[in-house]
Amino acid sequence: MNLTDRKKVVVKKEMTLVEKLYIPAITNGMVITLKHFFKKGATVRYPEVKRDIAGTYRGQHVLKRDENGAERCTACGLCAVACPAEAITMESAERKKGEENLYREEKYATIYEINMLRCIFCGLCEEACPKEAIFLTDRIVPVSGNRKGMVYGKDKLVEDINHPIDLSYRQTKAVAEFKKDKTKAHNQTWKDKQNLIKEKNH
Amino acid sequence: MAKVTIDDITIEVPDGTTILQAARMIDEQQGTNIAPPAMCYYSKLKTTGGYCRTCIVKVEQGSEKDPRPMPKPVPSCRTTVMDGMVVRNNTSADLLEARAGVVEFLLINHPLDCPICDQAGECHLQDLGYENGKEATRYEFQRREFEPIDIGDKIKLHMNRCILCYRCVKTCEQITDGRVHGVINRGDHAEISTYIEKAIDNDFSGNVIDVCPVGALTDKTFRFKSRVWFTKPVDAHRDCKHEKCNGKVRLWMKGDDVLRVTARKDRWGEVEEFICNECRFDKKYVADWVIDGPSKVSHNSVISQNHYATDLKKMRLSLQSEVELLKHKKATLGQGSLDPNNI
Repeated sequence: MNLTDRKKVVVKKEMTLVEKLYIPAITNGMVITLKHFFKKGATVRYPEVKRDIAGTYRGQHVLKRDENGAERCTACGLCAVACPAEAITMESAERKKGEENLYREEKYATIYEINMLRCIFCGLCEEACPKEAIFLTDRIVPVSGNRKGMVYGKDKLVEDINHPIDLSYRQTKAVAEFKKDKTKAHNQTWKDKQNLIKEKNH
Repeated sequence: MAKVTIDDITIEVPDGTTILQAARMIDEQQGTNIAPPAMCYYSKLKTTGGYCRTCIVKVEQGSEKDPRPMPKPVPSCRTTVMDGMVVRNNTSADLLEARAGVVEFLLINHPLDCPICDQAGECHLQDLGYENGKEATRYEFQRREFEPIDIGDKIKLHMNRCILCYRCVKTCEQITDGRVHGVINRGDHAEISTYIEKAIDNDFSGNVIDVCPVGALTDKTFRFKSRVWFTKPVDAHRDCKHEKCNGKVRLWMKGDDVLRVTARKDRWGEVEEFICNECRFDKKYVADWVIDGPSKVSHNSVISQNHYATDLKKMRLSLQSEVELLKHKKATLGQGSLDPNNI
């Protein structure tokens, strides 16, 4: 039975005397090895040396806060439904009174996990997000010694309130312009909304 | 009997049938998809319909005896058929444009907070908006705003999202005993409300959640628990003591947890049978129920996302045909023909 027509029959023929000495074969091999001593290496010494990557590189995700420091994510689940690798899971809860500075919307994610082993960094979650909460950044996901360490929770995903991650260079001009427009409900923070209500009551 | 033609399909229906009912009959009999959408009409309740205008159709010929067309689109839920009537729904471009306009008006005061709303994924207004290409808004003015109210301890009312379809009012009137719930004020100020925020306290009051086409009335026991498309719908029943309730429900499960209980809904998004509050709110364990099997979800629905259900009947059929094929091969090619290398 032939699976392919490319098979070759192995012939075991007797070696000649020169071949039996192995010396030409060894010298040939050594020449190739020595050549590589003088060539530039193919690798870099990460993490001391880092390769240049594109500004739009899709690496580790970040859950953004708005300009008042409130979490933008409202746990709508569109990222999880868009995710082709089914890497995202979440659980939500209702925002209580007094937590308005922590969460932008009425509902927020209590648990938000991305399994970095499943994630294929396609960026569909970023595209699906209606609240501009999740973005992929140019950071590389570090390796972990165990599987649990690769499931990133909110502690690793939500950006530090004191060190926000600048993503403006990843956005088009039109988007940056749109974000300045405070008449659009999409751009209003909770404080903006309260101010509007106050104005209306005056 | 009257003969009516809707989108070039003719059907004979009894006198007094509305155009919408006739269109649904055609869909049920012939598997077509010509029934106009309805936001306020509810076949299980009396005197519903006529408020939302999404079910408008174009009548090209009034009847056999009077073949003049009707001058304006008519609401199909309130217009009865005449013998020889010719109606256009999806096949008229003018009408679809008019309906898109109606949808845009319905969305004028709607807050578009679908990422937060519990109804998202099974919301008729959401479907309607997308079907008519109105997923974005052009409205730039302040929308009406209300604070969410608790109606009793089990139902949440978000008046912002209400489109004033009156279905819940009719439910309270016809399904429950004492009605404590209605529409107050008029025009742009109209809102559904209870008398002085009085709790709805009745065995069947939970049904207002099911009849609501938008997320105005939602289940507080399910509030923000999960998005509907992360839950798995399962049909189940229990021996309900209430004389008006037969205990046939749909459970929305996540793993082994019952997150929500609703009535079973048919292809028009209407409940098959109204269920009592005990079944809906108090029986949240799998042990309370006898599971009948997974519910059928349209593959167009977002709820079917990531649910890899297989049609058992189809699978059995295909398995059978496979066995037949193998038997046939064995019979024709003789013993040894089933060697995996030869197939």
